Amino acid sequence: MAVKDFLRERFFPHLWCPGCGHGTVLNGLVRAIEELGIRKSDIVMVSGIGCSSRISGYLDFHTLHTIHGRALAFATGVKMSRPKLNLIVPMGDGDALAIGGNHFIHACRRNIDITAIVMNNRIYGMTGGQYSPLSGYGAAATTAPYSNIDHTFDVVELSKAAGATFVARTTSYHPKEITKYIKKAIQHKGFSVVEIMSQCPTYFGRKNKIGGAVEMLEYMKDQTTPIDSKAKAENPDLIERGIFVEKELPEYCEEYEKVIERAKGGA
Amino acid sequence: MAKKKLKSHNINRDWCKGCGICVHFCPKKVLELDAEEKAVAGDTEACIVCRLCELRCPDLAIEIETETETE
Repeated sequence: MAVKDFLRERFFPHLWCPGCGHGTVLNGLVRAIEELGIRKSDIVMVSGIGCSSRISGYLDFHTLHTIHGRALAFATGVKMSRPKLNLIVPMGDGDALAIGGNHFIHACRRNIDITAIVMNNRIYGMTGGQYSPLSGYGAAATTAPYSNIDHTFDVVELSKAAGATFVARTTSYHPKEITKYIKKAIQHKGFSVVEIMSQCPTYFGRKNKIGGAVEMLEYMKDQTTPIDSKAKAENPDLIERGIFVEKELPEYCEEYEKVIERAKGGA
Repeated sequence: MAKKKLKSHNINRDWCKGCGICVHFCPKKVLELDAEEKAVAGDTEACIVCRLCELRCPDLAIEIETETETE
């Protein structure tokens, strides 16, 4: 199948701003699905609210556009009732870790077989550029004109600590990595988190005087490095990309199936 | 193995928003923005079919069409 066969072309051009990194995530995601050869009807994409969450509307899978921060709760319900389906949950940084922070850590802890994609642009774009928990200390935002004093979460460390069994990170500058990690995350049995650092030129780039999409991508190229690289040893401030966790633990739906068997008086 | 050769850059002008990502990051400087701020392929002879423009395009507006080189 061609890339376009997975899109709802009637909704294009999409609503994202020129140069928005979320479009590159959509691009990489579609290629991952194409390469895996999963049937469209075997995929359920569940999203919440925000620029990032609009991604579900553009894809021709089963899609649910739900409420802010609660996409993982809806996805858990779908997965529990139809465990054979592939659940993909794209979320923004605020949707995943502020409004949906509790849903996020508990989905990690349960190890339910869902692929969470955190499209981290470090700001609330849709509502006008308010700072998010990923903006970080010293960042500027509409609601932090004198700079933000909140420290940031590290999505990878948080996911690891909460118990996710697959954790990866890349950026929208690295489209081949996007496809590679999303593929691995979908194939992984258990809860997978893929953080994709994405650019919001309209708010984050402008408020922080980084520039447009091109300059923000150059920034991501310069500020990130593969895990355990020589560059990281020389400059500890660099953000690492790669697969941080990949391990096997009992999956939630399978464990629940065993509970049903026990309740029926079986083994 | 048969080598893939460029046939054409298929650029969807209705979807392109002129962000310039493809233009800036093309390793061979093949692409440019025209007067309407839409991406167009200029020096197609220089294209090495790396497909980075196609993969990075946030608007999914670029498709690199190839053909197999016959010699």
